[in-house]
Amino acid sequence: MAALALACVALALVPLGSIVYTVVVRGASVVNPEFFTQIQPIPCSPGPNSTCVQGGIGNAIVGTFLLLGLSSAIAIPLGLLAGIYLAEYGKGPLVFAVRFFADVMTGLPSIVMGLFIFAAFQLAFPGIVFSAIAGGLALAVIIIPFVARTSEEALRLVPGSIREAALALGVPKYRVTVRVVLSSAREGIVTGALLAMARVGGETAPLLLTAGGNSFYSVRLDQPIAAMSLVIYNFATTPYANWNALAWGAALLLVLIMLGLSIAARFLLRHRFHEQRIRG
Amino acid sequence: MAFPFRRDARRARLHPTGSSWGDALFRAGSGAAGVAILVLLGLIAIVLALNAFPSLRTFGPGFLASSEWNPVTNQFGALPFIYGTVVTSALALLLGVPISLGIAIFVSELAPASIRVPLTYVVELLAAVPSVVYGLWGIYVLVPLLAGYVAPALQGSLGFLPIFQGAIYGTNLFTAGVILAIMIIPTVSAVTRDALTAVPQNQREAALSLGATRWESIRIGVLSYARSGIFGAVMLGLGRAFGETMAVTMVIGNRNAISVSWFAPAQTLSSIIANSAREGVAGSLELGAIVELGLVLMLVALLINVFARLMVWRFLGKQEGGLE
Repeated sequence: MAALALACVALALVPLGSIVYTVVVRGASVVNPEFFTQIQPIPCSPGPNSTCVQGGIGNAIVGTFLLLGLSSAIAIPLGLLAGIYLAEYGKGPLVFAVRFFADVMTGLPSIVMGLFIFAAFQLAFPGIVFSAIAGGLALAVIIIPFVARTSEEALRLVPGSIREAALALGVPKYRVTVRVVLSSAREGIVTGALLAMARVGGETAPLLLTAGGNSFYSVRLDQPIAAMSLVIYNFATTPYANWNALAWGAALLLVLIMLGLSIAARFLLRHRFHEQRIRG
Repeated sequence: MAFPFRRDARRARLHPTGSSWGDALFRAGSGAAGVAILVLLGLIAIVLALNAFPSLRTFGPGFLASSEWNPVTNQFGALPFIYGTVVTSALALLLGVPISLGIAIFVSELAPASIRVPLTYVVELLAAVPSVVYGLWGIYVLVPLLAGYVAPALQGSLGFLPIFQGAIYGTNLFTAGVILAIMIIPTVSAVTRDALTAVPQNQREAALSLGATRWESIRIGVLSYARSGIFGAVMLGLGRAFGETMAVTMVIGNRNAISVSWFAPAQTLSSIIANSAREGVAGSLELGAIVELGLVLMLVALLINVFARLMVWRFLGKQEGGLE
């Protein structure tokens, strides 16, 4: 039976190995300065009479980071406040309902959130179909419940004795929360925010309905914007060799960024536990 | 840490009402943010229902049972997409759950401590890969593999079953099910592992002391004890498979029809939304129908997730249910 369980592990590692291998091998060939700065080229496949331009995904890199920044700017303050509510005022049916449905919302399909923002914009601004702000909002809706729950967990790790010590000095409760509890839980909160970004950085379906994609550099919030995930989707299924190559390059870069965010989050967590062990 | 308390303490003594005012404000503010999450959930349902109104009014409940999807004659029904979603999700569970169980058992019961943590990290890496990258990999690696070798082999050996008959397309229900199975493994195995780890040690020892073998003690002492937690994990996996969009859209073939064969192209609730919502004209019956599909997707996913969370929460009891 142990052999069977081990076989299951091996079976799960095969696709992972294959994905990592193909993405690295096919993606690495286009990663050069041009890849980071240029925009998409004229589609072409190498033939006797044609020389293809490689082009790049510079606009999509800018777009992905802009969308991440927008969604964080909306979701982190709101999620953090909700997390404070759950952790510091944490009893009663309302708190239970918020916590429960925040968890349920993290399990809802991301395309539903994208469709929600798409539909809301259809109702509110009939003229504008796709825009960067809609993309940022869609990603924000996806991560707000996640940020709320991770912030709550981080705040709960702060020992009650610290709160009581500050309260005993006569500090009002809200100042205890802001000055003492939040600063003690800083690393945990940042970890949650990083994990949230890792969660939505690769999102495609909601962006398809909100950000819309853009062939050129754009940082305007009311205009459609490019994103790396959209480049992968749009270029994967075309018959053009140089577009396919860019899709693989974008996949490699996107996976590396997501991995970097996850590793940064883990590193912060370990650092924190390490510190506690020394103190405690 | 600096100590800003002294000044505050003095002020608190001197102005007790001032501080309680700040407290009330802060409490109201954070409470509003908490309630905003509930409002958001309600708002999603309302906005979707409003946009789906043309279709809701025209087709009524018959929408769910009709298999016609024809923008020319303005006839729309959800059945092909519900069928595609159900078949691919079922296939994902069929293939993914046994593997996830095996991984969870290996990690929590059998693996030496030294490889337990790295192994957990590696399996969780599967969850860090974006869905669209799975789709890209699916198109270039999985589709040729399944359509070239696995599907012909299945047809050769089990070809008497209707699901394995007919022409083999590259992008089909079967490929989508396999890619979903791979994608739910991290979720299902992680939650199952948490459930198994939460089983008290004396459960294992009691079984062993009665003369059970190691495997018997896992089966009797651990798996049956953690039953409801494992069931919750499977439901969370189902929730993920049910709404997964990009990878499925890229390998399922996108054909709006029901076919018995697993080797024929199909469409799921999420893939038709990804494919068609962009082109929909605001206020049109077609866009209404697409948004109604989204509403169906949301309500079913909500049900699945509520059920799954309840199972996991109940099992893990006083410990806070993890996020995933």
